Amino acid sequence: MSRKEKIWWWIGGVGIVVYCLFPIGWIVALSFKSAGDLNSGSFLPNGAVLDNYTLILTGNASDLFLPALVNSFGICLIATAISCLLAMFCAYAIARLDFPGKKLVLSTALVVAIFPVISIVTPLFNVWRQIGLYDTWPGLIIPYLSLTLPISIWTMSAFFREIPWEMEQAAQVDGATTWQAFRKVIVPLAAPGVFTTAIIAFFIAWNDFVYGISLTSTENARPVPAALGLFSGASQFEDPTGAIAAAAVIVTIPVVVLVLLFQRRIVAGLTNGAVKG
Amino acid sequence: MASIEMKNIVKQYGDGYPAVNDVSLDIADGEFMILVGPSGCGKSTLLRMIVGLEDITSGDMVIGGSRVNDKAPRDRNLSMVFQNYALYPHMTVFENIAFPLRLAKMDDDEVRRRVTEASDVLELKDHLDRKPANLSGGQRQRVAMGRAIVRQAEAFLFDEPLSNLDAKLRGQMRTEISRLQRRLGITTVYVTHDQTEAMTLGDRVCVLRKGKIQQVASPRELYEQPVNLFVAGFIGSPPMNFLPATVEGNRLVTPFGPIELDEARAAKVAGHELLLVGIRPEYFEDASLVDEAKRPVGSVFTARVDVTEWLGDSQYAYIPYEAPESITTQLRELSRELDSEELRTQAIVSIDSTSRIREGREAEFWLDTRKIHVFDPHSGENLTRDAEAGAALTRMATEDRLEHLEAARGGQDGASGGKSGERGGATAVGAA
Repeated sequence: MSRKEKIWWWIGGVGIVVYCLFPIGWIVALSFKSAGDLNSGSFLPNGAVLDNYTLILTGNASDLFLPALVNSFGICLIATAISCLLAMFCAYAIARLDFPGKKLVLSTALVVAIFPVISIVTPLFNVWRQIGLYDTWPGLIIPYLSLTLPISIWTMSAFFREIPWEMEQAAQVDGATTWQAFRKVIVPLAAPGVFTTAIIAFFIAWNDFVYGISLTSTENARPVPAALGLFSGASQFEDPTGAIAAAAVIVTIPVVVLVLLFQRRIVAGLTNGAVKG
Repeated sequence: MASIEMKNIVKQYGDGYPAVNDVSLDIADGEFMILVGPSGCGKSTLLRMIVGLEDITSGDMVIGGSRVNDKAPRDRNLSMVFQNYALYPHMTVFENIAFPLRLAKMDDDEVRRRVTEASDVLELKDHLDRKPANLSGGQRQRVAMGRAIVRQAEAFLFDEPLSNLDAKLRGQMRTEISRLQRRLGITTVYVTHDQTEAMTLGDRVCVLRKGKIQQVASPRELYEQPVNLFVAGFIGSPPMNFLPATVEGNRLVTPFGPIELDEARAAKVAGHELLLVGIRPEYFEDASLVDEAKRPVGSVFTARVDVTEWLGDSQYAYIPYEAPESITTQLRELSRELDSEELRTQAIVSIDSTSRIREGREAEFWLDTRKIHVFDPHSGENLTRDAEAGAALTRMATEDRLEHLEAARGGQDGASGGKSGERGGATAVGAA
């Protein structure tokens, strides 16, 4: 790369980073502003205060926010775990076995993934009320599976396809049953794929708003995105902007931490050296 | 250790294409059998059917006296080295080798003892704690072999184990495999497309073509008495030269002059119009360097040399010749089938490295006519094959093998006895 090209790459890169991070910076800045400072028009707060954070963590809004945080974590983790487990078996079958209807499974998964959520929320609301799943954890976990499973199946089957089939055959020749070969050879090799999938699935569930607001009514199961929408100001003439910004920052933290924690795992190709090289 | 018998094995894929067609092959206990052939001849499929990774469409696979057609790979107790080694990248070398033993639920001490023993044999002692990703190609290959020899398998199966190594390492590992097999005396089936490996390793070699067995014989028999054009062209490097010829009484008229045939051979080739004469490169010589005593058993001809290649210990000369259209197309087809691309009809002749024959000049060559073979160009059949002489060569190889085996098994018992004594001593020291 010539010097000139390099400079242009840098300029382009910085531009994209600024473009992507600007809203996040804005939210962070907003979350540190005091109520009177919100409409000051300056990007940075005039003297950072923790008012908004104390409000949502210990103050008035904490009744709304903290249970929602617990709900979000619980529901998303369970949904992720179930979807990873199911997707692992499903993807293995798709990648390895030849069975009729393989294409059907994959395309059904795709159709489910692109199906607009809003169109099934109303019927689901009625069904859930009838059978008593409304405003419960399972009542959200099940619809979340419909969001996370398709993408999990797709990504994981891509990962499984990458694992040389010889690995498994070698294990079988060495005396392993199909299940042993799967558990001792395939699963450890697929671990990076499973992690990646788990993180993606977690984000999808974590970011959901429509199901969260429609299928819950109390703090029994209400997740954070829905709770954010229900924040209210000190009076009806005051917007809860600062509180919402603070909550948004807190909600973003686990996502960032997850990515930073597992980015090496995600990127590292564990299959290096498995075959000739 | 066991014999492997295949009876009329057929493998048909979903589209009806028979990858392996009616193969019957007996592999004796302790024998080193090579399956060889160009790509797509079904050799790997056959091996995978032995180990159980591929279903058998019809026929019987008998290992150690029992039919295994419906047995899963893990119930056949065979060990296999894959082309890409298929090492488990998340395990250390030790765990890789120990894997079959762990699956067999062997206790830890026994596992350690066996893995140490196998790694001693393969000189992997220093690498036991490393991961496969950090090993060189040759080391990975040895780990794969370690995994195969660590348990008492009925037979070893190798699927082109050396094709990922560079030429020098390949030569070393080839001798290593040969030494190991002789030492352990275990039935071995080895798939390769490399005919050097086939010739040097095998007690017997099975040449396959399009899923059918062409010839099963010792390397010497394959070389000296090939059953048809395909085997003759496949075995030998540089390959056998095929010259078009017509019969005139007791003589064959070829582009390199007439060749006299003895009575027996003349009778065999009589009645054919167009023939192919198969002459190995080393049957030729620079006429000026031939012993006076040898001269009468051959014929002398002059030809223009196109290219010479001097390799130090030997020298090759390329002599182009004219051939009828039908022969040219046939030879081209044959060479395509043998995974090479012969662009022109030319003979490759091996001459003494001291020969001063130069490129682009006319030169006089001598041709040893005693060992030439004559083929029917239509059926490819070798008309002058001496089945009796061939069988004698293979018999000799079998006798050699049995002798080796006897020595190996006798030696092994003695050695293992000595070793266990040593171990006993070591344990005693450890306990003290």
